[in-house]
Parts: sequence; structure tokens; C-alpha cells
Amino acid sequence: MEHTSAIQLKNITKRFGKVVANDSVSLDIRRGEILSLLGENGSGKTTLMNMLAGIYFPDEGEILVNGQSVTIASPKDAFLCGIGMIHQHFKLVDVFTAAENIVLGLEDEGKLDLKAAAGKITDICQKYGFSIDPAKKVYDMSVSEKQTVEIVKVLYRGADILILDEPTAVLTPQETNQLFTVMRNMKADGKAMVIITHKLHEVMDVSDRVAVLRKGRYIGDVATAETSPQKLTDMMVGHAVSLNIERPAPENPTPRLDAKGLTVYDAMGVKRLDNVSFTAMGGEILGIAGIAGSGQKELLEAIAGLQGLSAGASILYRPIGTAEGDQGVELVGKTPLQIKKSGVSLAFVPEDRLGMGLVGSLGMTGNMLLRSYRKGVGFFTDRKAPRKLAEDVMEQLEVVTPGVNFPVRRLSGGNVQKVLVGREIAQEPSVLMTAYAVRGLDINTSYTIYNLLTEQKMKGVAVIYVGEDLDVLLELCDRIMVLCGGQVSGIVDARSTTKEEVGLLMTRFEKEAAQS
Amino acid sequence: MTSTQLIQLIQSAIVFGTVILYGALGEILTEKSGNLNLGVPGIMYLGGIAGLAASFFYEFNNPAPSPVVCLVLSFVAAFLAAALGGLLYSFLTITLRANQNVTGLTLTIFGSGVANFFGGSLNTMAGGVGQISVATSSAIYRANIANVSHLGVFGSLFLSYGFMVYLAIALAIAMRWFLGRTRKGLNLRAVGENPATADAAGINVTRNKYLATCIGAGISGLGGLYYTMDYIKGTWANDGTIEALGWLAVALVIFAVWRSVNAIWGSYLFGLLFWMYLYIPGLTRSSQELFKMLPYLVTIAVLIFISLRKKQENQPPASLGLAYFREER
Repeated sequence: MEHTSAIQLKNITKRFGKVVANDSVSLDIRRGEILSLLGENGSGKTTLMNMLAGIYFPDEGEILVNGQSVTIASPKDAFLCGIGMIHQHFKLVDVFTAAENIVLGLEDEGKLDLKAAAGKITDICQKYGFSIDPAKKVYDMSVSEKQTVEIVKVLYRGADILILDEPTAVLTPQETNQLFTVMRNMKADGKAMVIITHKLHEVMDVSDRVAVLRKGRYIGDVATAETSPQKLTDMMVGHAVSLNIERPAPENPTPRLDAKGLTVYDAMGVKRLDNVSFTAMGGEILGIAGIAGSGQKELLEAIAGLQGLSAGASILYRPIGTAEGDQGVELVGKTPLQIKKSGVSLAFVPEDRLGMGLVGSLGMTGNMLLRSYRKGVGFFTDRKAPRKLAEDVMEQLEVVTPGVNFPVRRLSGGNVQKVLVGREIAQEPSVLMTAYAVRGLDINTSYTIYNLLTEQKMKGVAVIYVGEDLDVLLELCDRIMVLCGGQVSGIVDARSTTKEEVGLLMTRFEKEAAQS
Repeated sequence: MTSTQLIQLIQSAIVFGTVILYGALGEILTEKSGNLNLGVPGIMYLGGIAGLAASFFYEFNNPAPSPVVCLVLSFVAAFLAAALGGLLYSFLTITLRANQNVTGLTLTIFGSGVANFFGGSLNTMAGGVGQISVATSSAIYRANIANVSHLGVFGSLFLSYGFMVYLAIALAIAMRWFLGRTRKGLNLRAVGENPATADAAGINVTRNKYLATCIGAGISGLGGLYYTMDYIKGTWANDGTIEALGWLAVALVIFAVWRSVNAIWGSYLFGLLFWMYLYIPGLTRSSQELFKMLPYLVTIAVLIFISLRKKQENQPPASLGLAYFREER
């Protein structure tokens, strides 16, 4: 079947400061076809599609819609081109009904006729095979219903090029199947569809063609029928790159954390962590790999006491200096403060660095004080020690700041991360957990952080390193635990494993689920 | 209580209620756009003094003032002065993204200062406190809409007020229709609930906020006008009553759970509660003051009730009090 081109992207480049999110990407989106945009977290998939939706504007390159060069400067422009994007975070007004949300902002003539709108909505639903009640309020809806409203909203406006940004991330398998059915119906109707995802089995299931991005670069596209998950994984992760991170052999590793049967449900009742058991050894860096959202955050938070664990979980903890044969202390049931005091330290670097752990408007001293404000004489806090600590961190980690009282919010990302990691290390923890510690950092700063972690490891600390970059995990860690869908899909020796092996483990359970 | 007394109580409740009904209606429109304007008392002051001053200068300089000109002048002046207050608030909170609470409270202080300053000047010009005479204007505001002498109880209860009482009711109903049934109303509510969504849907968030806040302030200002022209019969008093009524208007917005039609009966209820002490025998001065607290107590009770019910429709607009700016891209 001959497919006509709906959109052509030509040499699109987008930079955020120094970071190149998309590097000269060219891509073809065709009518009557479902294109999967595949790539790891941070590979630039969403950025690329946001340029079609009018959220971002490309720095370089050209966008052609139906063969004509267009400028998409706003979501409105995108609509005029017939492009509709369904974002991961829904843009809906909770107290409005489905119909009100769908007609919102439309500049039709005449008075607001919700009945007519409801009729049109029902027509669209029947045509493609989904169902929503136009009079239902959004706050009464399930996530899947909200997503349907978003899709109908786009169709109602006459879009014939649809982009879905990780639409299945929030859906149950049944809901995912329904969505795919709808997508196939829309494809049959001649619409051009793009689905952004990093779930391989979904790619194989729904798409006709796969385009792979890696670190902002366009790797290539293949027809789904002619490829396999193995080949796609290779395209996604690429060949191993040597980084030359210094990795001394662990010196007499001893068990530090013994976690058994950790299960976590989120507020929606979805299982985020499924019976996870592992041992973190002192004197070792345990890497945690997995596709974003596989339970990494929940795991760290569970250990830190921030997540409620289901019954049967146990975390035995033996701080540095525990005698041989000592059973250790049970952490489950302790408060986050008690856990922190006993020497388990969490340096969590979230996407917005300042969101967790640091207070943006405080200086370095103030942020150090957050860990020690309970010390001091009576009513007064001790400001001298934190100030000294701030100065030490600034000197040793080469934090670039006008002074220790300069608000950390105004420091660059790398410096903020140094402050955060430096503070946690200064607590002399027995267990140091970091997540995405080098996200957004340049090479040199990243190496500083790697060396800091290795230094801690050699002191007998159990370091848990959650990372995104497989190359780093392979060279920095001693063992790597791979999470997939909240389960442990394998624990491998980082020195002998390969990138391909870890890559496959990352998607193992998904494939099994898809086959069953 | 005799039936005459009861009728008197209801009449004063409705007159009292109308003052705060205007204040509350304006504030409902403003809050629907996500702006929490705590400057309602100040805005009512601005409306009151502007209306009074316009009438005063016209009547002062014309031996035979025309009632229609009096009406139009004072009405337009009150609306515009109050809307200017709203514009000031909008500029500070929408364009400069100043804190809404602080800006609103400042506007209250500003409005009361300006109004009492010029009120004092008018008094001086008129030759002393209580000498301001805008008899023609006040008369047209107070003129009953129908001749009630032969209509008995029905007439005294429902038809014995100036036109602004009925205008307020009409306005409340029109506002409900606008917010619930029109495209522009839907857009405005979306702006107050979730400005990012409204923005993505192509709605001009800034324009909606400016318009709703300025028109809302204008409507609130009519409350001040009604107060000076009808309630205290065309004079000026530096006794801070407008401010007290302004806060009651803010309380009424919550009491009415942001629904303009609820505000109609709510305002009359507040009036009843406020004036009840006059008709309860044996009250001392201090226990009278306790009775004046009743409207606020009822508002607290309503707040507790809607918090417990947790019904989404009864919650304030979701982005109330928050400045909106597109996230940095």
C-alpha cells in the first residue's frame, strides 16, 4: 500500500542551553500508518514531537506538512495544520464535563450548544470505537477515560495527524488493548499516527514502522514486520562506549542492607514495586538499571522510609562497625528521621533538582542546616558547623558560587547537584543512595561525582546508584540490579555483563506479559 | 414581634443585602477568573465616593438638576472609578504577578483612604459634616419602582425599593446565565480553574483575567454607590461602614459557593441576621454586637460544611489566588 507523507521533518535541531536535545533529525510521518518513536529516556522523543505540537520551536531545520513548509509557533498553529498531540499530562478542567472540555476555546459561531457538541462527540466515538459520556465530569473519570477525552478533543478539532506521548504509561493492559484498537481504526481511516514509547512489545504490537532516537540523534527507521525486539534494543542502546571510569575492586564486601519482599502500591492502587529482594554490600556500588518508571524511585523511597510497604517486607541493616554475625536492625516500621539518623542517606536528584532535598532560596549554609537543625543549644540552632561544612563542600567539590549564603536556586545544575551529594556524603552514611546524580551534568562534573561515590565505596559504604546511562552503570558499578515493571529481572556482575544483556533484562517481563 | 415590625425587618434586610450583593457579584465574576481580589471594601469605597462626588458637583453647579443626568453621571462615575481600582489590581497581579492577597488588602486601605479624604473635602465644601446634599440623585435612587400604597403587604415586601435592588437580582441571574450557558463564560471559568489548559486551548488568559477583574470591580463599586445614594440617603460618613460591608461581601461569595444566584438569598439572609438585634427585646449594647457577628458565623459554618462534603462543584476555582505564567520553555 502506498502511503503519502503527512509530515516531513528536515534536519531539525533543538538546543536547551548547552544541551542538544535533537541533533539534525529528519523524519517522515505518513498517512494510514502508525509510527513508533522509540528511544530511551532523554533521547529527545518528546522534544521532537513537541515541536510539531507548537510547544517548542526548532532552532534549525524545516517542517513540511503535506509537502508545504510551515511555521508552527503555537498549539493553535499546530491545530491549523491538523496536528493534535495527546500529552502525558492531561490538559483538562476537572470540574467541567467531557463535552465542555472538548469544545473549550473553540470559536464557533452562535451560542454554546452542548447538545450538538455531545452529538458530534458520540459520532466520533462510534466511528473509531471508543465510548465516553459527554456529560460526565472529568473528576469522576478514570485515567483512561480522561485520555479518551483528550483524543476526542483532538479529533473534534479535525486533526488528522495524531501524536500520542507515552499513552500507555498510565493504562492497564486491557485499556492499552482498547487504545490500540482505536488507533488501528484511525489508521484505517487514513490518519497519520505517532506513538512515543519505550515499551518494545507495544512497538511490535501496534506500529507499522519504528523510528529510533538515541541521545538526540536519529538512528534510523525500520518496518516493524522486518525487525525484532533484539534488533530494536541494539538500535536503542547502541554499542558500548568506553568511559574509563576508575573502578577499584571492592575490599572485603560485607552485607549492609538486606531487603526482602519489598512491595509498594501507589495512591491509585497500582503495584509499583513487586516483591523486590536484594542485598547491598558495603564496599560496593550497586547499580540499578531500568526503563524510567520501573520502580527505581519507589525502591529508594521505600528504603528511606518514605513509602508504605506491604506486609511481609523486611530490610535488615548493618551499619559500618557492626560485629560479625550480628543480625542487624530492622528498618521497616521506622520513621524516615530514625532511618536517616541510623546512617541511611538518600541523595535523590529529581528532574527539577531543587524539588527534593534542597531549598532553593537558601544558601549552601542554610541547606546544610537542614540536616543539622536539631543540633545546637536548646532553642538556638548551631550555625557555625553547617557554615564550616558548606565551606568544606564548596572547596572540596569545587562548587562555583559567589558565597556560601548565595541562594542555591541561582547556581547552575551541576553545582546544585554537588551541594546535594556533598551534604549527604558529609553525614558519613553507611548506605548512600543516589538517583540520577549526574543528570544534566557535563562530563567533568560527572566524573567528580563518580569519584566521590567510589571514594565512599572504598570507605565501606554501600552505594546504591540509580542511573539512566547504561555505559556509566557498566563501568562504575560492581553489580547491577535490573528492574522491570517493579520486579527484579536480574542481578548481574557489572564486570562481566554486556550492554545487550542488561538491555534485554530491562524489557524482559514486558515481553513475557505480551506473549501470555 | 408585630407584623409591621417583621415587614420592616425584611425591608431593611433587603436594602442591606443589596449593598453586599453588588460587592459579592463583582467578586464572584473576579474570582471565576482565578483572581482573589480582597480589595472589595476599597473598591466599594471608590464606587461610593465617585458616584457621590459626580452627583454633588452636578447638583452644586445646577440650580435645577435633571434626575436622569444625576442618575447617569453618578452611575457611570461609580462604575468607572471602581473598575479603575480593578485595573490597578489587575496590572499588579496579572502583569507584574504581585501577590494577590497583599495587593487586595492594599487596595482596601487605598480605597478607604481616597474615599474618606474626598468625602471629608465634599463635607467641607458643602459647609460641614452631614451638609452634603444630592437630594435629586438620592431621590431617584430611592424612588420605589411602583406605587405601593394600595398594594398592601405584597407591595411593601416586594415593590417598595429603588431600582438598584432589582438590577442586582437581574445581574445575578444574568451572571449565572453567562457563566453557565455561554462560550465566553465557559472560557472564563476554564481560566479560573486551569489557566494552562485554557491557554493550550487558545484562550487569551490575560485578557479574560483583566476583563473579569475590571468589570467585577465595577459591579462591586455599584454596591458602594447604592450605599451612599440609598442606604444613607445621599450623604457621606467617615465611619467605616462600607469597609465592614465590603468584608461581608467577601464572606458572601464563600457563603454562596461562588454561585451568583445563591448570593441573592444569601445577601438577604445576611441582612436579616445583621438587623435582627433591633427586634429582639432586652439586648444590651454588647449583646447587640454579638448579633452582628452572625453573618460571619454562618459563613464559617458554610465553610466547614463544604469542606466536609468535598463536593468538587462547591470548591473555589482551582487556581484562585495563583498568578499564571507560561512555563519557561
